[in-house]
Amino acid sequence: MTTVFGVPLPAILGQLMLGLVNGSFYALLSLGLAVIFGLLGVVNFAHGAFYMLGAFAAYVGLETFGVNYWCALILAPLTVGILGIVIERLFLRHLYQLDPLYGLLLTFGIALIAEGIMRGLFGASGKSYPVPDSLRGGFNLGFMVLPIYRAWVIFASLSICGASWFLIERTRLGATLRAATENAHLAQAFGINVPLIVMMTYGAGVALAALAGVLAAPVVQVSPLMGSSLVIVVFAVVVIGGMGSILGAIASGVVLGLIEGLTKVIYPEASNVVVFVIMAVVLIWRPNGLFGRESP
Amino acid sequence: MSAKDRFAKVWLYGVLAIVGLAAPWLGLYPVFLMKLLCFSLFACAFNLLLGYTKMLSFGHAAYFGSSAYVTGWLVTAQGWGTIAGILGGVAVAALLGLAIGALAVRRQGIYFAMITLALSQLVFFVCLQAPFTGGENGLQGIPRGSVFGIIDLGGDAAMYYFVLAAFAAVYVLIRRIVHSPFGQVLKAIRANEPRATSLGYKVDRYKLLAFVLSAGLAGLAGSLKALVLGFVTLSDVSQATSGEVILMTLLGGSGTFLGPALGAILVISLQEYLSGLVGAWVSVMIGAIFVVCVTAFRRGFIGEIERRLARRI
Amino acid sequence: MLKSAAIALCVLAGLLAVSQVRAAGEQVVIGVIEDLSGVYADTGGQGSIEASTMAIADFGGTVLGKKIILLSVDHQNKPDIGASKFREWADQQGLNALLAGSNTGVSIAMAKVAAAKKVPFFAVGAGGASLTGADCTPYTVHYVYDTTALGNGTASAIVREGGKTWFFVTADYAFGTQLQDAAARVVLANGGKVLGAVRAPLGTTDYSSFLLQAQASRAQVLGLANAGTDFINSLKAADEFGITKTMRPAALLTFITDIHSLTLQTAQGLYLTTSWYWDLNDETRGFAKRFFAKVKKQPTMAHAGYYSATLQYLNAVKAVGSTDPGLVMAQLKKSRINDVFTKNGYIRADGLMVHTMYVMQVKTPAESKNPWDYYKVVKVMSGEEADGSQADPACVLVKK
Repeated sequence: MTTVFGVPLPAILGQLMLGLVNGSFYALLSLGLAVIFGLLGVVNFAHGAFYMLGAFAAYVGLETFGVNYWCALILAPLTVGILGIVIERLFLRHLYQLDPLYGLLLTFGIALIAEGIMRGLFGASGKSYPVPDSLRGGFNLGFMVLPIYRAWVIFASLSICGASWFLIERTRLGATLRAATENAHLAQAFGINVPLIVMMTYGAGVALAALAGVLAAPVVQVSPLMGSSLVIVVFAVVVIGGMGSILGAIASGVVLGLIEGLTKVIYPEASNVVVFVIMAVVLIWRPNGLFGRESP
Repeated sequence: MSAKDRFAKVWLYGVLAIVGLAAPWLGLYPVFLMKLLCFSLFACAFNLLLGYTKMLSFGHAAYFGSSAYVTGWLVTAQGWGTIAGILGGVAVAALLGLAIGALAVRRQGIYFAMITLALSQLVFFVCLQAPFTGGENGLQGIPRGSVFGIIDLGGDAAMYYFVLAAFAAVYVLIRRIVHSPFGQVLKAIRANEPRATSLGYKVDRYKLLAFVLSAGLAGLAGSLKALVLGFVTLSDVSQATSGEVILMTLLGGSGTFLGPALGAILVISLQEYLSGLVGAWVSVMIGAIFVVCVTAFRRGFIGEIERRLARRI
Repeated sequence: MLKSAAIALCVLAGLLAVSQVRAAGEQVVIGVIEDLSGVYADTGGQGSIEASTMAIADFGGTVLGKKIILLSVDHQNKPDIGASKFREWADQQGLNALLAGSNTGVSIAMAKVAAAKKVPFFAVGAGGASLTGADCTPYTVHYVYDTTALGNGTASAIVREGGKTWFFVTADYAFGTQLQDAAARVVLANGGKVLGAVRAPLGTTDYSSFLLQAQASRAQVLGLANAGTDFINSLKAADEFGITKTMRPAALLTFITDIHSLTLQTAQGLYLTTSWYWDLNDETRGFAKRFFAKVKKQPTMAHAGYYSATLQYLNAVKAVGSTDPGLVMAQLKKSRINDVFTKNGYIRADGLMVHTMYVMQVKTPAESKNPWDYYKVVKVMSGEEADGSQADPACVLVKK
């Protein structure tokens, strides 16, 4: 059997495959975060909570209303996105002219509230969400069995990331969005309804997080704590990619997922911290992140 | 300051001092009081950064907890004395502050917060894996020992006065730091950083020094807490604790002296009284207080009081 | 203004003081500290509180003319919460006895408080053998099962059937590591080999990368040194990734609620070691029926343990005529335990309650005739077979 660094090749390929799955999640989540930060200047600490709420929306949808997985993929992000819009209107809007740290603290508080409520209602341990029947089974790749569902996750996340990037960077709607954030007054002078755009963008970013939550539900068990540990890693990913860059967020997400997978098989104890170590290194060498455009 | 102001201030601090000294005899649970003091200390140390330098460190539990672990380990596994153990913990916290601060102060605002957040997570995971911390089980059975072998700290009353003395000393120290020339430079940096740079001050160095001081004092709070309660667990280096200290400072009033202490007392008391109820709802309360503070109560209690009185306490 | 603030502070302090202390001595206070909302909420959790309540009611509600009060709180799997609450109840609420468990790490922390405050402490539902070893105290009684018995039961059954090479997926805290050690010792003693192990944090939900490592080791047996939802998630993932086709899962700690969650389809054929099963005899069935009426689930061995421990404590108090911890512990250590939980159980010098253990196998769906009819008895082990005939030499209480 071939070995790399003394580890058998099938093991490495297996972990890389799993790393790709995780990386897809990171990419999707950091995309949402980067959209919100890049276009709104708000560091959305509640991103992990919205991810969790998306998963719960799918779970409750199934248990109480019999909404199946495929409907949940649309309905959950929609519901949570609307919740995001409500939060933006009621709370965030008032903080834009202040120090951006307040936005960070507000979303932190909202994350605590959301997690606390869900923990009070559902307990701290995970609820299981079944893999949809059409996606059961696995591909035998030789070095491992890859469940079909995980392959679907990779495909879905990367497609959505690609579509979002295209929307923002290459379409007229995206151009309007970018104009509104670069110079709100000028854009408004052109007749663009900037507050509306800001509100919808926050909703869209939140919806992306919720979508990631629905995709994650069959994989990681739906639990109120599922977002809080993930959100910090996603922050690190976005910092590495460069806080204003959409492409940077997506690329960093995937690459870091792969690196994490590799670390798990070569030096497992470090797998939790490798993202943060890389972040520290990148910041020393390139303070704006790898693809960043923003000035410090 | 007028004579009347000075008198009122002496009165206020005098009453606080009497309450502090008499508290164990009032039938209040001493261990709870000591916990209040430790967290007040932690919040005051944190405020040195947030209130006076406007740097939001989002991972301050890293210094609080790592110092607690180091002190706990030195006193149990290595058999060091109490004071030596505390100093060891504080030293480690300060060094950690130096390492993380050196990376973080290059950036400002949001980036600074995110960097401190991510690096403190790193500290969390190191504490999780490191053999001497006991991982999920925590470090247990930490003896209180004695002060230089003379005053035994085993009894709650003795330990209480020791912690009270430490708190008072640090409080006075923080006031002196803020009113010193060093503190004035920090104020200038906070008001207008580019101008301070143009005046020739090495801004990053000042910020880093403030960071290290804050980290070391936070470490002191952690070490004391380890000795008071007799154990250290992963909660002490967790994100939740970092968030709580921010809330305490905000609620009490960042940029004031008494604010963080008041905030700590309020938050810990709230948690204690609500702990009989379901733990999850306590989180909701904390989050709600955060939201209220950030939207409508940014100056915090003491901040609002100071504004009305148009003077600082 | 400043003056009024100062006055308000004093009043506040006074109010706080008044609300604090409960008059001790007029009641007998029993505490239950459990995992009410986390990984072990089903195996222990609220059901444990119910079981203790039932025991107090069956005993009569009063002892020595005093009313029996039950306090309870959620330790959330955090040693600091468990230990602080225990200490606070002992200092402020006149606690006479504590029953706690479902997390060895938390139980070890609480054992230390028990020793410091001299309060009888029943570790029910926590597994770590160190509770009667290196972490033993004069006031600890380790009740329902321990990692040594689990190793001797399940691990030896599997090794004897040919499962010689093992790879462990272990919960990364005291319980997991002690369970892995106990099982590994049995494997080695029976001529097997441990090819490797990996540690997963308590509460991990995605076991895929850990299981891939297990598969890469090419071991015959997948040793799952975890419990509760950790166990459920790891077994489900092993199924999903086709690992159960090439490796045999060893469920080192399982409760009947886990099997109920997994369904017989997934769990059939698993060996497990337990100290109690609801369908053993008429007495156990009677208890289970009453329990089911309140909790809507069959009782696990932990629940039966809570019932029994509460009852035995109250019996001891009645027998010595006082709640003095030294007298009560001495009484407990010289009595035999005969109730719905076990017959002829006794408490060893190191605090372990030695009693019969059963190795069970999970029935196939075809074999199961009624709801919750999940186990068939494979082997009955006497207490000495399960836990050795000597007290644990690592415990300081044991005379060498």
